[in-house]
Amino acid sequence: MKSAVIVFPGSNCDRDAHDAIAKVTGHAPAMVWHQESELPEGTDFVMVPGGFSYGDYLRCGAMASRSAIMPAIVAHAATGAPVLGVCNGFQILTESGLLPGALMRNAGLKFVCEKAKLTVENANTRFTSHYEGGAELIVPIAHHDGNYFADDETLDRIEGEGQVIFRYGKNPNGSKRDIAGITNEQGNVMGMMPHPERAVDEKHGGTDGLKLFESLLGSA
Amino acid sequence: MTQYAEGITAEIVAEHGINDEEYAIILDRLGRAPNLVELGIFSVMWSEHCSYKSSRAHLGRLPTDGEKVIQGPGENAGVIDIGDGQAAIFKMESHNHPSFIEPYQGAATGVGGILRDVFTMGARPVALMNALRFGAPDHPKTRQLVSGVVAGIGGYGNCVGVPTVGGETNFHAGYNGNILVNAMAVGLADADKIFYARGAEPGQPIVYVGSKTGRDGIHGATMASAEFDDASEEKRPTVQVGDPFVEKKLIEACLELMATDAIAAIQDMGAAGLTSSSVEMADKGGIGIHLDMDKVPQREANMTAYEMMLSESQERMLVIMKPGREDVAHEIFRKWELDVAVIGETTDTGRMVLTHKGETVCDIPVAPLADDAPKYERPYFAPEVRAQIHAKDIAQPDHMGEVLLKLMASPDMASKSWIWKQYDRHVMADTAASSEDPSDAAIVRVHGTNKALAITTDCTPRYCYAHPFEGGKQAVAEAWRNLTATGADPIAITDCLNFGNPEREEIMGQFVGCIDGMAMACATLGFPVVSGNVSLYNETNGAAIPPTPAIGGVGLIPDIDKRAGFGGMKDGDILLVVGETQGVMGASVYLKVIEDREDGDAPHVDLDAEKANGDFVRGQIRTGRLTACHDISDGGLACAAADMALASDCGIKLAHEGANPPMHGFLFGEDQSRYLIAARKEDAIAILQDAKADEIPVQVVGLAGGTAISVNGAHPLELDRLRAAWEGWMPALMDQLVEAAE
Amino acid sequence: MKAKIHVYLKPGVLDPQGAAVAGALHNMGYDEVVEARQGKLIELDLTGEDAEKARARVEEMCAKLLSNPVIESYSIELE
Repeated sequence: MKSAVIVFPGSNCDRDAHDAIAKVTGHAPAMVWHQESELPEGTDFVMVPGGFSYGDYLRCGAMASRSAIMPAIVAHAATGAPVLGVCNGFQILTESGLLPGALMRNAGLKFVCEKAKLTVENANTRFTSHYEGGAELIVPIAHHDGNYFADDETLDRIEGEGQVIFRYGKNPNGSKRDIAGITNEQGNVMGMMPHPERAVDEKHGGTDGLKLFESLLGSA
Repeated sequence: MTQYAEGITAEIVAEHGINDEEYAIILDRLGRAPNLVELGIFSVMWSEHCSYKSSRAHLGRLPTDGEKVIQGPGENAGVIDIGDGQAAIFKMESHNHPSFIEPYQGAATGVGGILRDVFTMGARPVALMNALRFGAPDHPKTRQLVSGVVAGIGGYGNCVGVPTVGGETNFHAGYNGNILVNAMAVGLADADKIFYARGAEPGQPIVYVGSKTGRDGIHGATMASAEFDDASEEKRPTVQVGDPFVEKKLIEACLELMATDAIAAIQDMGAAGLTSSSVEMADKGGIGIHLDMDKVPQREANMTAYEMMLSESQERMLVIMKPGREDVAHEIFRKWELDVAVIGETTDTGRMVLTHKGETVCDIPVAPLADDAPKYERPYFAPEVRAQIHAKDIAQPDHMGEVLLKLMASPDMASKSWIWKQYDRHVMADTAASSEDPSDAAIVRVHGTNKALAITTDCTPRYCYAHPFEGGKQAVAEAWRNLTATGADPIAITDCLNFGNPEREEIMGQFVGCIDGMAMACATLGFPVVSGNVSLYNETNGAAIPPTPAIGGVGLIPDIDKRAGFGGMKDGDILLVVGETQGVMGASVYLKVIEDREDGDAPHVDLDAEKANGDFVRGQIRTGRLTACHDISDGGLACAAADMALASDCGIKLAHEGANPPMHGFLFGEDQSRYLIAARKEDAIAILQDAKADEIPVQVVGLAGGTAISVNGAHPLELDRLRAAWEGWMPALMDQLVEAAE
Repeated sequence: MKAKIHVYLKPGVLDPQGAAVAGALHNMGYDEVVEARQGKLIELDLTGEDAEKARARVEEMCAKLLSNPVIESYSIELE
């Protein structure tokens, strides 16, 4: 499987995403600069990494979601191919309209970095098939704007459709219904605030994120 | 010769912090009176901040050489050899005054500045640390300052994507009027790809990259060298604003440029911006410099040459390129959407010439700016020697568990999770141990290897105040000990020397004492100083801060699988103390928290014992026998045991016999050079045998098990209660009405 | 021509920063504050003279970038 990691000015988890994908697949992903207008030929999986694209200025993810590469990502997603946005990547995907809702300032107003407990709410997705449903994971979070918001109607709908993939054990940021990660209706685009790429190595952050990449990419 | 150029008066000269004697030197070197631009340039270059005029006479006594030292003090940061052709590059720097005036931006730009010092040399920054000192917790400004400083450090470090992996925080009324914000950055580079400020030759283009120049922080360097008074809060507009987004782009762009071999010399624009960066590169290369001020990218209209030369706008670098390679810089910086402009060239005149709007606005020799900077042998006296206080001199408390609870919930000992939860500690995916982990030093893996850097910041200002020489020694020894306790080989230190007004003999005495103590410890432990910073005049209305020579130590763990923390103790483990316990209580946490006294001598560090005990512990860690290892410092054995018990989620039954020292001395004495270690019974026996053979004092002090900490089966303190108090202190302080501050 | 764009959170969307501001004002004794909402003010310097055309363009900028319709509304002032 061929992967691509998108790099915006201010992305800072791009190397971590690269290393996690390389570790699981044995192949280095292409690093795609935001000013490109096409993904490398044959790209299967696109990862939009975390960081502070455009300094989080205006709104987190707002300016990145309007960059040159985005139409190609939207088109790629429309083919049913997998797209994963983590942290700032999740914010970019909601800003671009690929995922419902928005990420707002944490309810506690402070940046929060901790190893969060998550529950796998739906293990029947291409992102989570290697987990058991209801499995409890420890995955690091680090964000200032991870407070997931959507109106009740949208929340009811995504819950009903099985689009809520991860929930926090202890809500760190005020997210509606403790939501930590969701997919789109088709199930091929996922966004999550916790960082699975920081949980693929027992010497750093544990290995609870490994199965996410293995579900998606198969093991090396 | 006229005394003053047109428009210049004695007052203007005085406002630039230049005294009569210094002004006379300027007149002599120029052969005429300086104009305002020239005066401004001399003023910043000869400020305490840039010239170290009060401290230079003493800094030379610090050992700076060593087998692993690639670059000692004098460049942007120190460089050490970590094997396999790799180098670690690091420095610590103060941003005290700006942080007191505007805590968020002051702290944020402090982080930005120290990062630039490290990536200027070609390193990718991989870790940030900080050492913070605030006033008394109940002082009306403290919470607002803590809140702003922590948000500023996080706001900057989190955005640039460098993990903030550790640090220390103290509270003391001595910092009520002058907080200390010391930030440290550590980077990694290939040892043969280090970039220096030296190396420029005549005829090379000078390229300005980064943000545009505005009127930020004009006179910041002179502000950082002046004592505060009540009017200082009026100085707010001079504080510069940081843009971590630009910094992140600057890191990537500079590293990309450095990979091209187009750079002759490079320097970041820190305090005194364009002036100090250009003068330093010219001076180190022994050349002249010509800058066309019209070409400097400007953020505001009608800026004068004076303003541009003194501006402290952030996120800017000055690069001297190899001739004909300017296009390389243009291409890379345009890609990263950063300003880039050729603003001048190097010359063979040895002079600094600035032209602006067709006129020469400055024409001065470079050498005096650096070489003739004043150097003062300020008078000083050593403080009176205080008598040592032993446990037998103070009343024994009734319930040791209750005392321990009080100590662990006291400001300096309580958990600082409120702070470090606001820092991204995991980005870059190499953090093996940070503030949240039970480790005496932060541990950051060298990317793609099985090696790791161990990093710590240490200083015990109580000791430095009680006995500057012993305090200086102890600060270095504690850094060495904390690295050792993780299994690392300590390599070198950076220092951030924070003191009051050096023109007062008492303060200068503290400075000299600390330096001499540090020098002795560095020499004995083989732990040289490779970079550092001096911050003087930390004083308000004549009240100086406690002397605070903060030490940033870096060591190497050759194999990350052979290291120790203090969270792995298991039920049934034997607890041992390495080192001698006499029950020394002077200037201790116990004395301050329980007896409300801060008197007594500092504990003295026996450096030979320090070395022997540390080498023994490191060797034991590498045998894999230890389940836990923790240095014994503030609050003594009992507090070290409490940390270990909380982190391991397992109680400890301590045992103590006899009256020498008495029980409270055994538990809370702050005798130095000690470690608390835990091991399975059979391993403990082997450790004791090794200790006997090596003549290292090792004593069995207890057994792991249960849910409480107790001594001789009595004085129990349940871990749940301890944890709640330890974790609860800081949120209780900060989460009440923080937003309502002022 | 100058355009001033006020971007604010839609009614019903929790505004933790506004809530903190209100709390702080209460603590300072300003009991009359019922609620605080924190928004953004964006000023644009524009070329051209045609106000109607400018408004239409600014509307487009708001919809495409300056506000997030999921959580925010905006108003435009031209001067």
